[in-house]
Amino acid sequence: MAGVFPVPALQMVGIHKRFGDVLASVDVNFTVQQASLHGLIGENGAGKSTLMSVLYGFYPADRGRIEVFGKPVQIRNADEAIACGIGMVHQHFMLVETLSALENVMLGAEPHWHLPSASAPVRERLEALMQSTGLYVALDATVADLAVGERQRLEILKALFRGARILILDEPTAVLAPQEAQQLFAVLRQLRAQGTTVILITHKLKEVLALCDQVTVMRAGRVVDDMPIARASVEGLAQAMVGRKVQLDRPPAVVTPQREATPVLLAQGLHLRDASGVQRLAGVGLQLRAGEIVGIAGVSGNGQSELLDVLSGLAAPESGSMQVLGRQFASAAWLDPFTARTIGLAHVPEDRQARALVMDFEAWESAVLGYEHLPQYCRAGWMRAGAMHQATAEMMERFDVRPREAALGSRKFSGGNQQKLVLARELGQAPRVLLVGQPTRGVDIGAIEFIYSQLRAMRDHGCAVLLVSSELDEILALSDRVLVMVQGRISGALDIADCSEERLGLLMAGASA
Amino acid sequence: MDETLIASVLASAVRLATPLVLCALAGLFSERSGVVDIGLEGKMLFAAFAAGAAGAFTGSTTLALLAAMVVGVMLSALHGLACVSHPGDQVVSGVALNIIAAGLTVVLGIAWFAQGGQTPPLSVDVRVQAHWQWLVQAVQPLPWLGPVIAQALLGHNLLVYCAYALVPLAWYVLYRTRFGLRLRAVGENPHMVDAAGLSVQRLRYMALAINGLLCGLAGSYLVLAQSANFSPHMTAGRGFMALAALIFGRWKPWGALGACLLFGLLDAIAMRLQGVDIPGLGAVPVQAIQALPYLMTVVLLAGFVGRAVAPAALGKPYLKGR
Amino acid sequence: MSQPTALPRWADIGLLPIVCLAVALLVAGIVVALVGQSPWQVLAALVQGAFGTPRGLSYTLYYATSFIFTGLAVAVAFHGGLFNIGGEGQATLGGLGAALVALWLSPVLPGWVMLPLMLLCGALFGMLWAAIPGYLQAYRGSHVVITTIMFNFLASTLLVYLLVNQLRAPGNVAIESAAFAPSAHLMSARELLAGLGVDWPGSPLNASLLLALLACVAVYFFLWHSRSGYRLRAVGSSPAAAAYAGIRPRRHIVLAMAISGALASMVGMNEVAGVSGKLVLEFVSGAGFTGIAVALMGRNHPVGVVLASVLFGALFQGGAEVAFDVPGFSRDMVVMLQGFVVLFSGAMSYVMARPLAAVLRALHWRGAKHG
Repeated sequence: MAGVFPVPALQMVGIHKRFGDVLASVDVNFTVQQASLHGLIGENGAGKSTLMSVLYGFYPADRGRIEVFGKPVQIRNADEAIACGIGMVHQHFMLVETLSALENVMLGAEPHWHLPSASAPVRERLEALMQSTGLYVALDATVADLAVGERQRLEILKALFRGARILILDEPTAVLAPQEAQQLFAVLRQLRAQGTTVILITHKLKEVLALCDQVTVMRAGRVVDDMPIARASVEGLAQAMVGRKVQLDRPPAVVTPQREATPVLLAQGLHLRDASGVQRLAGVGLQLRAGEIVGIAGVSGNGQSELLDVLSGLAAPESGSMQVLGRQFASAAWLDPFTARTIGLAHVPEDRQARALVMDFEAWESAVLGYEHLPQYCRAGWMRAGAMHQATAEMMERFDVRPREAALGSRKFSGGNQQKLVLARELGQAPRVLLVGQPTRGVDIGAIEFIYSQLRAMRDHGCAVLLVSSELDEILALSDRVLVMVQGRISGALDIADCSEERLGLLMAGASA
Repeated sequence: MDETLIASVLASAVRLATPLVLCALAGLFSERSGVVDIGLEGKMLFAAFAAGAAGAFTGSTTLALLAAMVVGVMLSALHGLACVSHPGDQVVSGVALNIIAAGLTVVLGIAWFAQGGQTPPLSVDVRVQAHWQWLVQAVQPLPWLGPVIAQALLGHNLLVYCAYALVPLAWYVLYRTRFGLRLRAVGENPHMVDAAGLSVQRLRYMALAINGLLCGLAGSYLVLAQSANFSPHMTAGRGFMALAALIFGRWKPWGALGACLLFGLLDAIAMRLQGVDIPGLGAVPVQAIQALPYLMTVVLLAGFVGRAVAPAALGKPYLKGR
Repeated sequence: MSQPTALPRWADIGLLPIVCLAVALLVAGIVVALVGQSPWQVLAALVQGAFGTPRGLSYTLYYATSFIFTGLAVAVAFHGGLFNIGGEGQATLGGLGAALVALWLSPVLPGWVMLPLMLLCGALFGMLWAAIPGYLQAYRGSHVVITTIMFNFLASTLLVYLLVNQLRAPGNVAIESAAFAPSAHLMSARELLAGLGVDWPGSPLNASLLLALLACVAVYFFLWHSRSGYRLRAVGSSPAAAAYAGIRPRRHIVLAMAISGALASMVGMNEVAGVSGKLVLEFVSGAGFTGIAVALMGRNHPVGVVLASVLFGALFQGGAEVAFDVPGFSRDMVVMLQGFVVLFSGAMSYVMARPLAAVLRALHWRGAKHG
């Protein structure tokens, strides 16, 4: 239990940071007590990483001040942060794979220019540290040979070795199996007992409740809540994280959706590991029928992105099968994006800028991306520029993309207009299955309703829509059925009529429905 | 086979490999820190010119060496300005340096010496001579290995020994010092080094400074030991061969040394094999042997003889922040 | 491949190259002054030599022809996301291919069959020489820059070997092949214009200039109006978006290099078919590297490539004239300038973009204040 100390370990006051048009931190006040475990939660893009990057010196805040253990400090780079006693374990490990664990810890703080002489005292100190914290790592092993859990322990050791009294961990359990996560928690409690202050950045609500003394919730760059853990609950935190009170009123369906019996998409037993070997999909199966919208709810990072990649053909699963629009696919011979479009499967990706558009292209060229081979755009290998321009103009008109300049570079459109263009392109092909990821991320309010009505219209005309969104409201406003994904599997499926905040919250936290 | 022939071929190989070794070590430091160095050729060329010019003007070996090294460092610093301080393309910068060196050396050469781009021949006093002739005489008559050791190992000038001594020194710096550890880290994961509180730029500039000094030595070898003066384009692709040797040696000092010696050997053999008939193969065209180093590097890069894994951050400009 | 600068697009495409060129000229001018020449005199003589006489103009355009080919080659590869430094080697192979088929068939085939055959064969050779490094990059991860440099050297040793040992005309001391039959010659400018009744001095300028301009048009249409070109540019710009769109990056990398090699190979037509009528050693002589400068200056667009090629052709021709008129000047000053152009347009453009952006902002700010 955190003792009462006169001076907080950390006080960030009025932190303000802007990147171009994006307000990453808006007047953030963040206080952490000494020898406590403090959770910092929020959705992707909420501003937690920015705040911690400012604290660690990766970039300066535009405004605001920072006090560490009561002393005002200027942190201009990582070196100064380390000097203040701040240590950070990043989500993507900062390790050199070709060097040994010992060398990684030593880097930047070598006590002697001659490496062998420097290693001996470092080794001694590290072994003492390992004893006192319970974090064991094979010091002479090459990092490339270390498992993910060991690498994380190494990262923590590295920070402690440099004298961190405030330890920041960014999504530490994202790469850990449940038992490893428990081991980590034991270590963190031990560190707290020894007087270290720990800030835990995460989006996993259950962990925060299990581990932390205090929790701060951020949304859209602002701090929206800050409370001792005793007053917190999963539902309350989830609500604070995603925003408005969950709305359950929906517009009446214009056409009663005809739900056919046979699914147009049937996926079974999908398993996928990412490049680091972490299991991302652990046996996912789902069905989509024509004329329905199925929403995948859940805090992002639980496999939703990987699911979209697999279903759209961008990635092949290790095992599993899929039947879609009359075609069978097994993991050995999986769907590819070109075939997907041919059979009538369209995909609006989550990452608009990297995937959905070629930023260097002008709008009229981005508007046919993926469909450039179609006869209306291409004849005998030659692109029909006139037809493409016209099609773009129509798309822009239908989806109110501004400015209405087909020749403008894709990069020059605002996020919302880029999204509308992508939707216009994909919906314009009248697909029979539509996969959509975060359709209204970065889109202004006025356009959101329009996009919703377009998606509903697709459903009403018999399209099967799979919607992935981190905005629970969006899922509830649009879906006919809701599936909840947790830790790479579907934890529950509910018809929209059966959905309530409570039930969904429980499913999202991993409990069974 | 004739012992004297073997001896003289080996001796040639050692001498021909010397500028390659120096250049390869230069490239080693630069590339291990993450900065691609296509400009080895141009730096060596310009350094050779500087040595030739300085030697002609001052008549001093030391000043010639110094001039070469200063020029090398300046060119490396320019490369650093374009690619380390700013996100310029490292390959383009290297190519530019090569072209500039090729042109500027001749321009200055004509302007200063009016001999069609050449520098005047340097006198014997300025050039670096072979030492220890008495030792060579003593060892030569010994049976079996006498001529080989005498000529191949003992009869060289100071720069040659200096170059080969730099290999274990480079190994030591890279693997046994703090600086070397940081250098290797910054070429693999500059973000990590930044997060550890070190300056990525500073480390890379220091690597480039060492690179410049070594290129300076390589260039001065050409003028002070190999020929007696500078002539236009005298490096004749050796800088690229050194780069190939570095890659062939998998970015390690001893590996690079081995590759340089191999390429030097091929070069020495090529000259002697001209017109000679090998039973079963006929006359081996000298060009086939000349092409071997380049061919071998391509084969290696294609992954057919094991993988050559470059430093992970090689070629990517380091931009702060995520 | 490169990071966007802080400049508005018009300044990035139009103003920055001019500024870079100006800086390169300035630095070169300083060097010229330092070696005791007058930069203005040199510049005046250069312009006069390049454009002042029909003969000079012809030479300028003749040089420009080769640069257009290699510049287009580099530009196409850049659009595919690759840096093709192998222009020298690919041009060498192109000349070799053209020469081989000319030596073999020119005595028996008429010109209108021979010349396209030479073009085709040269293009195939050049394509091969570029596609192999392209394949190695796409499918085996070998860095295309290093492999193309190696292939440059392999090409020159191959050429030397063939010329010295196989192709040398019997009894000839010079290292060159036998001369081709007349059917393997491209009409020179003088002959073409004489056919139109215009009296034009003799020069190496030949019909391959028309081929070069045709190539420009073809490249333009390919890159911006064909489906393959669309996909190639997508892969070069954003491999992730290309993968999303179902475009296969690896295939298009090899394609980009193959086209690049074919374009570079046409230098062979200019030199071997248009000028010498036989295969000689140094017919490429640096055109591959000038192509890099040309592509960078021309911002990888065919129109820019033509303009930059004429500029460099003028520098080469003017430089030769200046070497006659101004004592102490040599062609190498042009080489040096070319290097500066590559440096400032290519690697140092960021160093100059920032002050330029600051200047533009200051002007805009002042303009806004008054406006």
